[in-house]
Amino acid sequence: MTRARRLRLRLFRVIVLVLGGAFFLVPIGAMFEFSTRGNRVGAPRTLEAWTTIVTYPDLLGAIRDSLGLAAITSVAMLLLLLPTMIWVRLRLPQLKRTIEFLCLLPLTIPAIVLVVGLSPVYRWMAINLVDTIFLLSFAYVVLVLPFAYRALDAGLSAIDVKTLSEAARSLGAGWGTVMFRVIAPNMSGALLNASLLSVALVLGEFTFANLLSYLNLQVEIFQLGLANAGTSIAVSVASLMFAFILLVILSFFGRARARGAHERAGLPFPGAAGGGLR
Amino acid sequence: MTSAVAAAGLGTATRAGVEVRLENLRRRYAGVTALDGLSLTMAPGELVALLGPSGCGKTTALRLVAGLEQADSGRVVVGGEDVTGQPTNKRDVGMVFQAYSLFPHMTAWQNVAFGLQMRKVGASQRRQRAGEMLELVGLGGFANRFAHQLSGGQQQRVALARALAIQPKVLLLDEPLSALDAKVRARLRDEIRRVQLEVGITTLFVTHDQEEALAIADRVGVMQSGRLEQLGPPTTIYSRPATPFVAEFVGLTNRLAGVVRGGDVEVRGTRLPLVQPDAADGPAVALVRPEAVTFANNEDTGPGPLVGTVIATAFLGATSRVTVDLGDVTILAQLPTSEASAHPAGTRVRLALRPDPVLIARDEAAAGRA
Repeated sequence: MTRARRLRLRLFRVIVLVLGGAFFLVPIGAMFEFSTRGNRVGAPRTLEAWTTIVTYPDLLGAIRDSLGLAAITSVAMLLLLLPTMIWVRLRLPQLKRTIEFLCLLPLTIPAIVLVVGLSPVYRWMAINLVDTIFLLSFAYVVLVLPFAYRALDAGLSAIDVKTLSEAARSLGAGWGTVMFRVIAPNMSGALLNASLLSVALVLGEFTFANLLSYLNLQVEIFQLGLANAGTSIAVSVASLMFAFILLVILSFFGRARARGAHERAGLPFPGAAGGGLR
Repeated sequence: MTSAVAAAGLGTATRAGVEVRLENLRRRYAGVTALDGLSLTMAPGELVALLGPSGCGKTTALRLVAGLEQADSGRVVVGGEDVTGQPTNKRDVGMVFQAYSLFPHMTAWQNVAFGLQMRKVGASQRRQRAGEMLELVGLGGFANRFAHQLSGGQQQRVALARALAIQPKVLLLDEPLSALDAKVRARLRDEIRRVQLEVGITTLFVTHDQEEALAIADRVGVMQSGRLEQLGPPTTIYSRPATPFVAEFVGLTNRLAGVVRGGDVEVRGTRLPLVQPDAADGPAVALVRPEAVTFANNEDTGPGPLVGTVIATAFLGATSRVTVDLGDVTILAQLPTSEASAHPAGTRVRLALRPDPVLIARDEAAAGRA
């Protein structure tokens, strides 16, 4: 590659990075700017909208509930989807297309249609079982299926599931051990991605919660926006930042685990000493 | 190495090996017969290689012994116990796969210890035995490496150590060398045989590579269409093939048109004894090994049925394979290199056929030209 071509390529990368970054950061910056405005024209900058977040008890409750929903949804999704996908790959490969179709179906059905279909079920559960916001996780598991399926499918495709499971079985492992001690650890990246997508989707979900009359974070932000626009925007920015920080923490956690495993083996971690991108 | 095995605590039962019997196994997949009544008895400590082309059922047979597939009918008996209905994880078999099968998130040591952990072996004993099994396969210094930090050959050696660590009753090797390059393959083949002999475990080795099967096995079973065509020691399989398929699949064979008459077959003016003495008279194709083709003492290269022109010589080391064009057919001769090099390409030569017993095939089209 010639020097001029390398420079052009580098310039192109920088432009794409700047444009892409601007696309995401400018609206967030604008939101932050709005949330720090004073109450009148010419008023100095203030963090009042941010400091008042903690004074809204309903908001803190909604944050707690949304985090709980995100955790429950992620775990339930993994417990439902991972064994199913592994089993289909190993024993029922002819069902792969059917499972894929079923998992992608929620993408094609408008949220309002799903809510209309689910509301009698939720009414029944609220009357006969228990009325709690965490029931929303059932609907959310359905909602995250298309995204989680894609992430897990990519992870499963990257390893030889059949050979690994047969090797483990021949060594005396039961199916539970095969799934959770042999297959799952080898697709930790995919599990992380699927969980992250689920968390991001649940934290940003509004339609289901609002139409089924539950108060999650987004519904609370919406209602807050009607009363106090500055705080509503501050909470929105905070939730975006929270999702971003969570993503960074989770991806570093995954990388740290891999690095730790290499170090325990007394071996260099790929990319650790000048092996990274240049 | 023997001391390593002893230290590994490999019990007498394992070292003595157990008898393994496959009784009339049948298996069909969607209308296709993979195994058609396969029966095979392996003596304790014996290494039997199943050899055959793709789709002949050899891997299916191995997977039935492992319990990875269920037979439609028939029995698998290991050490006198019928294990036909048992799941894989209860069968007490060790297996090395064609594909690299080490668990990528575990070190070599953890891989070897995995089966012991499944058997609830204590931590200290597990650590000791895993280390010793790695020593046995010559990888004691690689215990902390992950699979991606090992070469293909090293990975398969760890897989062998892992399979043997659990002291299985039978060792199953499913084309473990096919993903390796030729040099590593030959070295690891010898390594597997050495370890198998040291441990004394009954072993079923599946391969499509005839050289591998003939080099490693006590007995070779040649399979075709789900059936055993012939089972015997490598020398018998090569020098006394029971069927034309075995003759042609194992080693190289010249197909020469001839005529059967009175228990012999006449091929290009030479009478050769038959392996099948009761063969009916008539046209046939004689299957002649290249080793049975030599240069004639008579150097007259005038017209004759075995006179032709050398068109190529392949150097194989001590011997060379010479291809001679006889006009209507080309014939292969395997000769000492010194002899072959005296007749370079383009030389006219007269060949002779050594009167070893030959098999015949009833190939109508070819025999018609006799």
